[in-house]
Amino acid sequence: MSKHIPLILKLIALGGLLAFPMADSPFYTELVAKTVLFGIFAMSLDLLVGFTGLVSLGHAAYFGIAAYTVALMTPKYEAASFWTTFPSAIGISAAAALVVGIFVLRTKGIYFIMVTLAFAQMVFYLFHDTALGGGSDGIYLNLKPDTTLFGGKPFDLDNPFHLYYLIIATLVVVYLFLKLLLRSPFGKVLVGIKSNEHRMKSMGYRTFGYKLAAFSIAGGLAGAAGYLYAVLFGFVTPELMSWHQSGNVLLMVILGGMGNLVGALLGALAFVAMQEVFSTWTKHWQLVMGSVIVLSVLFLPGGLSAVPRRLKAALTGGGEK
Amino acid sequence: MSDTMNNDVLLVAEKLTKRFGGLAANQDVNLSLERGKLHALLGPNGAGKSTCINMLSGDLPPTEGRILYLGQDISRTSAAQRSQLGIGRSYQRTNIFPKFSVFENVRLAAQSRNQRAWKIFADAMNDKTAVDKAMAAIEEAGLTSRAQRIAGTLSHGEQRQLEIAMVLATDAQVLLLDEPLAGMGSDESHQMVELLLKLRPSRAILLVEHDMDAVFAVANTITVMVNGQVLESGSPEQIRASTQVQQAYLGHEEMLHV
Repeated sequence: MSKHIPLILKLIALGGLLAFPMADSPFYTELVAKTVLFGIFAMSLDLLVGFTGLVSLGHAAYFGIAAYTVALMTPKYEAASFWTTFPSAIGISAAAALVVGIFVLRTKGIYFIMVTLAFAQMVFYLFHDTALGGGSDGIYLNLKPDTTLFGGKPFDLDNPFHLYYLIIATLVVVYLFLKLLLRSPFGKVLVGIKSNEHRMKSMGYRTFGYKLAAFSIAGGLAGAAGYLYAVLFGFVTPELMSWHQSGNVLLMVILGGMGNLVGALLGALAFVAMQEVFSTWTKHWQLVMGSVIVLSVLFLPGGLSAVPRRLKAALTGGGEK
Repeated sequence: MSDTMNNDVLLVAEKLTKRFGGLAANQDVNLSLERGKLHALLGPNGAGKSTCINMLSGDLPPTEGRILYLGQDISRTSAAQRSQLGIGRSYQRTNIFPKFSVFENVRLAAQSRNQRAWKIFADAMNDKTAVDKAMAAIEEAGLTSRAQRIAGTLSHGEQRQLEIAMVLATDAQVLLLDEPLAGMGSDESHQMVELLLKLRPSRAILLVEHDMDAVFAVANTITVMVNGQVLESGSPEQIRASTQVQQAYLGHEEMLHV
């Protein structure tokens, strides 16, 4: 019985998400949608940070590239097709990550962090300083993508509820995709690389290819989140790929507990919630949030996802593990 | 013809040299590993034994000299490529996946023989070939009762056995074992010696070891290195009788009279 508890909790959480629009609060529905898409973004980074041991500080680049893809594919007075823009956005961000990965994955540790940051900054300035994507002002997405397929419209992205459910569906698909991936021989190799890459090589694994594939997949999934962001808010700016954004998503992963997909979602939830709550208290909310993050890293190693295990250990009187 | 034509000779090192700046850690080292034979590498600390193993396994590129596997020059291949050829190694400092179960450590090693990375939706546990191979290697190394334990919680000796199991799971034909008995108690060393004897007939083994009892119990050939060079190479009897070796081990010569 007790081993089913995590599954039951996950289903309850999913039920809550599905029922949420009934609360009939457009503001909060949008906020939840935003949290969920940041959760997708955080899970994609966790594949690198928590499961492969690759700490990327440039992950927002792929989020942003996908957001710009839909903005640039949409004509000014006409809606683009959802069925072409969504796969394109994911594909282009995955391809961008593949190309960047070929270079950055030749480095390790602190150098990897700096080089991923450097590439992300290059992408940021490409959009910020050139006319390619409207410069520093970004682009408005006047019309949300059109979902017409074979003459029918299965759902309508102009309807906030439909868009909300698309985001939830994407969450479920990405979560299940990553679960399967991590269970597969491929996923086992990634976790092995995180634990001891040297030994993986000496056992005959060419780890570079595996890392490159993971980097590209993570880029594509970040792209799914970035696409949904652009569609949800109707505009894109270079800020989406700034290093602050890369830092934020890394904080979500750390807050939630690295190497745990639900943790990444909890981290995104905690992050967005803190942002909302603290910013109503004070204009210096980032100071408060920074303190909370420092405290949680100090006193909650393993992040939010480790809380149940620690509580259980405390309750049963067992020592901390 | 030369030894390399012999079918049982798997791995040959020819004039292997490694320089770190001005220091020659290995100088003109010649070695040959045959199937069915255990070749022990002896020498005081700093003699260059680990450097030699690192060159053979691909962890270090040689500065000069050649490494031949079944007659083919593999001097410039990577560690991963050599593992795929059939050259497996264990490490002097235990080098495992401490947070994984014993089974998963060995299963990962076995999976490396049949990498189907594109099957990203298959359950790794359904790869029966890898699972069976892992269980066989665990049994061969005598760890069956420990299979589900977290590797980091094993005793030191069991972790050394795990190292061997991981090498076995890769179907290695050449085993490069860097001090597998280091830090073991007498019972554990005894078990390891038994294991080495069991593995010897079907594989070519290079053993770096300080435990003289063990070396003389299992070695067919012994090479003694001093200051990066081969001092003497021959049968255990020849080595035991060598005055040169006794001089090199001055103060330790009683070790050679076991």
